[in-house]
Amino acid sequence: MARSNKPIVWSLFAAGGTFAAFVTPAMIVVTGLALSFGLLPPEALSYERLSGLIENPIAKGIVFLTVFLPAWHAAHRLRITAHDFGIREDGLVMMVCYGLASVATVMAVYALLSL
Amino acid sequence: MSRKPYIRTLSSTSWWLAQPRYIRYMAREVSCVLIGAYTGVIVVGLLRLSEGANAWAGFVAAMQTPASVVFHLLALAFALYHTTTWFNVTPKAMPLQFGDTQVPGSIIIGAHYAGWIVISAALLLLAGV
Amino acid sequence: MSLRTFELEIMRYDPDKDSEPRFETFSVPCEEDWVVLDAVNYVKDNLDRTLSYRWSCHMAVCGSCGMMINGEPSLSCKTFMRHMPDKIRIEPLANFPIERDLVVVMDDFMDKLASVKPYLVAKEKKAVEDGSYLQSPAQLKKFKQYTLCINCTLCYSACPQYALGEGFVGPAALALAHRYNLDSRDVGRSARADVVASNEGIWECSFVGACSEVCPEHVDPAGAIQQTKIASTLDYFKDLITPGRDK
Repeated sequence: MARSNKPIVWSLFAAGGTFAAFVTPAMIVVTGLALSFGLLPPEALSYERLSGLIENPIAKGIVFLTVFLPAWHAAHRLRITAHDFGIREDGLVMMVCYGLASVATVMAVYALLSL
Repeated sequence: MSRKPYIRTLSSTSWWLAQPRYIRYMAREVSCVLIGAYTGVIVVGLLRLSEGANAWAGFVAAMQTPASVVFHLLALAFALYHTTTWFNVTPKAMPLQFGDTQVPGSIIIGAHYAGWIVISAALLLLAGV
Repeated sequence: MSLRTFELEIMRYDPDKDSEPRFETFSVPCEEDWVVLDAVNYVKDNLDRTLSYRWSCHMAVCGSCGMMINGEPSLSCKTFMRHMPDKIRIEPLANFPIERDLVVVMDDFMDKLASVKPYLVAKEKKAVEDGSYLQSPAQLKKFKQYTLCINCTLCYSACPQYALGEGFVGPAALALAHRYNLDSRDVGRSARADVVASNEGIWECSFVGACSEVCPEHVDPAGAIQQTKIASTLDYFKDLITPGRDK
């Protein structure tokens, strides 16, 4: 039997899973719920404040990770989950899952570079 | 006497309904759909931010519609489930041993939760909550 | 000792007569301190001498009396009747072909176990008179837990990826591979990796964790497999950077 190439995607899955475990719940609260529930004043997410914050290259790097790592974590887990739900076309599933993660990664880089 | 082993079949689509532990496993796995979709929302937000103040204002308004709030509550529930299921197995994947003393699993798990609280609090403070 | 009567629904399969398994119900008066294996033995001794099943030690050491008890892979010698409801369903271990009644075909597991070289691969062979390979208590502690496996295959019965997958090596064999990989006296890790780090090895595992939950000896195969995934991933990238480093 040949040694597998899975370590490439699995290392992204594991790093992304760890990152998402630590960061994603608080991020969901900030970007998706805080304004609606009055936890944040509207100025907190104003264009001026955020576009100012994101000019910092370190901030850009961190924001890139918040897309890149969870996207590849989710993509790899979704591939396995499709198999668990009985979908056996692994080649197609792989292309869709990793394709979506690639698109998310490229678009995030594009947006961050034009900011 | 002849041999005629009988092979039981398992449904490849509904096997996980057989035991509660399989249902919990599938709930953990399905968390990736919500985390993936939320990551997509972040990408859209970044694109809107890069398009200027008006586009960003539209995104912020969209984040406050009822459908968006329901989606984010659901995503938060699954993200928290991901966090607990991820942290709770860390001693299995990364056991620690110093000399001949094994670090108890509860300490490894506890350290992850402590780090999580610090990171979450820092993020919320940075945002201005 | 108080007697309580249980209904045992036992799966029967006679390859000479049956086209598929069927259930047969037996009423068994049980003593307070009986385990399920005692009740099954009662059926064999008093009610139906044709009932086939495996058992030997009656004390959770030999690993041969595994059965599905109310849907849970269990050692029948370790499952007490007093914790059971009045009606008990007993089936052969899931995910294995049924040879007869509660006896399953274990050939697939045996082949996979052998494929991971679950024995000490020493750097140089020592003659008996040269003494044993030395090891410190701290070195032993790193893998001792994984030596407790009794090859009962309850973990294979609990594992959906073994049931659904195409050729998954499975929990017990991978845990035993990990046991020898962690052994300070062993140098067989690279040789084992051809099976362990293949698609059919650790990478078929999705960490359901059921194997560790049903393990009667608390071996934790799920943990062993995740540790092997981390180690194999590091190996993979080290091999990319320095090809042929372990040759």
